[in-house]
Amino acid sequence: MFKIKVSDRENITKTRSFMTNTFSLCAGLVAIGFIFLSCKVNPFFAISAIFADSFGTIYGIKETITKAIPLILIGTGLTFAFRAKFWNIGAEGQLLMGALFGTWIALTFGEFFPGYIIVPMMFIAGFIGGSLCGIIPAILKIKYSINEVISTLMLNYICAEFITMLIVGPWKGSQRFGFPGTNDLPASAVLNLIPGSRIHYATLIVTILFAAILCIIVYKTKFGYEVRVVGENPDAGKYAGINFFRTTVLVMMISGGAAGLAGVGEVAGIHHYLGYPASISSGYGFTAIIVAWLAKLNPLYTIISGIFFAGILVGGDAIQISLGLPAATVQIINGTLLVFLIMGDFFLKNRIRIQRIQ
Amino acid sequence: MKKIKSLEMVNISKSFQGIFANKNLNLQIKSGEILGLLGENGAGKTTLMNILYGLYQPDSGEIKINNKKIEINSPVASIEHGIGMVHQHFMLIQNHSVIENIALGYKDTPFFFPKIKIKEKILEFSKKFNFPIELSKKVWQLSAGEQQRIEIIKALLNGADLLILDEPTSVLTPQEAKELFVILNDMKKQGHMIIFISHKLNEIMELCDRVVVLRKGEIIGSTETQKTDKKSLAKMMIGREVIFNIKKEKIEKGETVLNVDNINVVDDKGLLALKNISFNIHENEILGIAGVAGNGQKELAEAITGIRKITTGSVTIKGKDITNISPRKIFDQGVSHVPEERIKFGIAPGLFLYDNAILKQHHLDKYSKNSFLQYDKIKTHTKNLIKKFNVSAPSINTEIRNLSGGNIQKLILGREISEEPSLMVASHPTYGLDVGATQYLREQLLKIRKLGGAILLFSEDLDEIFELCDRIAILFEGKFTGILDADDKRLADIGLMMAGSLNYV
Repeated sequence: MFKIKVSDRENITKTRSFMTNTFSLCAGLVAIGFIFLSCKVNPFFAISAIFADSFGTIYGIKETITKAIPLILIGTGLTFAFRAKFWNIGAEGQLLMGALFGTWIALTFGEFFPGYIIVPMMFIAGFIGGSLCGIIPAILKIKYSINEVISTLMLNYICAEFITMLIVGPWKGSQRFGFPGTNDLPASAVLNLIPGSRIHYATLIVTILFAAILCIIVYKTKFGYEVRVVGENPDAGKYAGINFFRTTVLVMMISGGAAGLAGVGEVAGIHHYLGYPASISSGYGFTAIIVAWLAKLNPLYTIISGIFFAGILVGGDAIQISLGLPAATVQIINGTLLVFLIMGDFFLKNRIRIQRIQ
Repeated sequence: MKKIKSLEMVNISKSFQGIFANKNLNLQIKSGEILGLLGENGAGKTTLMNILYGLYQPDSGEIKINNKKIEINSPVASIEHGIGMVHQHFMLIQNHSVIENIALGYKDTPFFFPKIKIKEKILEFSKKFNFPIELSKKVWQLSAGEQQRIEIIKALLNGADLLILDEPTSVLTPQEAKELFVILNDMKKQGHMIIFISHKLNEIMELCDRVVVLRKGEIIGSTETQKTDKKSLAKMMIGREVIFNIKKEKIEKGETVLNVDNINVVDDKGLLALKNISFNIHENEILGIAGVAGNGQKELAEAITGIRKITTGSVTIKGKDITNISPRKIFDQGVSHVPEERIKFGIAPGLFLYDNAILKQHHLDKYSKNSFLQYDKIKTHTKNLIKKFNVSAPSINTEIRNLSGGNIQKLILGREISEEPSLMVASHPTYGLDVGATQYLREQLLKIRKLGGAILLFSEDLDEIFELCDRIAILFEGKFTGILDADDKRLADIGLMMAGSLNYV
């Protein structure tokens, strides 16, 4: 007879943490290989094609960076919420609300102001939109103990349907020839691109600044300290007299606001009008959860993990076309990687020993 | 037909990490007997019963039923042998009805339509022992006493001839406790045997035929209740005559620091844990709270430091009302707190040592400026702290979870003492520390006292209480059974006061 003994691992070094993550990713890729095999696709070819298409060509790199922008921006916000043990699954809805608020500013004031005024206004409005959507579950949780996983998740649908209602109804534009969607944003509200690419650099700058500022907030300020204490041990937070309501609401303002900024970037940088929710965001709010997790909840590391997952999005799209794989391929890849990362976390935090018992 | 006529535990030993919880214990019980198991917290009562119920395996020793050696390696085996246990915390599913809960644990429950078959059986039992029970009610609608009855029925249905009750009255009102005793006496008449774990002398004297007193894992005495009295039982439980041995220097006490006026506080279960408690502490004074754990000590400490809500009454610090204000504001009034469950409340395990060294103090001007933390100052402070309080840690840049319990404790104590509080609330500050650290810590407490601080000291170690305190209050079931000066001769009966049998208030 054998017995499996699980005990806390006492000393977790940075090297061990890094190696565990790398190993989990590799193990995840092996598992994905088997999925490819089941579709009668050579896994080595498919996986190398993913990375060749996303990182191997100039076009691929440009596309990867374009998709990395929302992932990093949302991901940094999520690291903050997750650090406070607030499981924000609603970034998708918060992104949409940001897009909605930004669009409103652009359509209402865009014609009267130049770009250097209207673009900052859009970002601020987007931040507010995302925050409002993030504050609701925070208040519900603290005041009425409503599980935030459910409330944030469900708000995604509310936000998406609300936008759908607007674009087929009151906001439907004459330029769309009867199809759902608003009119195009005025030229002053459209973000400039790096020539020859779809990279809207204004959002890229916002993204990097946001990650850096958040890093300072988390590790250097009183507020960040309180968030870390509450997340690590709520009882200690209570003992130290930390105001849970204030902390949680602020955390979700920042987390939701980040997603809102990303929403503005997508509308003003890529689409230039508010269309169907599924076309504004191809699940960035969910993929960003994995981005935050892989970054070990460090805002700066999301830059790396965000680019990695953007690469999978781009490469995944490419192999769907070239190898004739179903559209769900990318989601399967992302989901599998997340499962393996979480499993890796278990092996990082616990020591597993197999003992023989007589 | 009873399966068990007599049960014997022979030479049972059990140790956890090298410390004996039970050491060569011998215990006998026979049909129609109620055996009391008396001892302070940590005396080994529950460990012994968990061995009998199959939750733990003893390191050595054997269990005999009807003079035949048996193996009990799981609760299932124990139930088959006719042993049932009612735990201190009930194992019931709150959202299910009474009958569903009973059916769940019953061995002969049919797969289909379980309720129909079992219903008659339950009614038969409740008639036999004369206690009414409403089968269709949900468990959450029931009082603690009613829930306990369900646990007892569950055990009896499974054929328990020996019933172990782990501190059954701790969750009951006095009226419910009386009803329980009637039921237990009925069971005794019908030939059941009962092991009754308690630290309340009155109950033991009232209910039990025989009593076994445990202390520090060993049996100190075993006697029939009729041949003994509360006083000698108390002495056995506490373990010595009270000796007055005060070495601390005499200091005139100063002005009132803490004034607690008629407070009522409820515990986590919603029961009243403190009943109209009033006391005060002065500058240069240490007030010790003695008592068996679970009599309201935790709630008192939490109420004063702002973690627990005070239902009625008021608390003031140097005349300022601090009733129900936030723990941080209370801290700002100069109250520091060494919590009872240090690992649970006192630290954030995944944060670094230096982060933990300023918990609850991070908002002070010396550690933060314009909402930024000043980590250079914090780190210097941490280095001083671990040097001064002998915390052995690889560096201040390690996560505090990597430290041993004793070292975490020294850090917390250092953190709380270093603020030079005007009132320090210390719960079991030396529990689990080695001799050297204990000595150092006691000196620190006396130093605070000398510098004009007031200390509220909770301790189960009577030596510590007598060595340090100027006054001693004895807490029993949420009320004081005495607040006496440390040199009061009446403290010779402290054991009786702790057990609620003597009241000097």
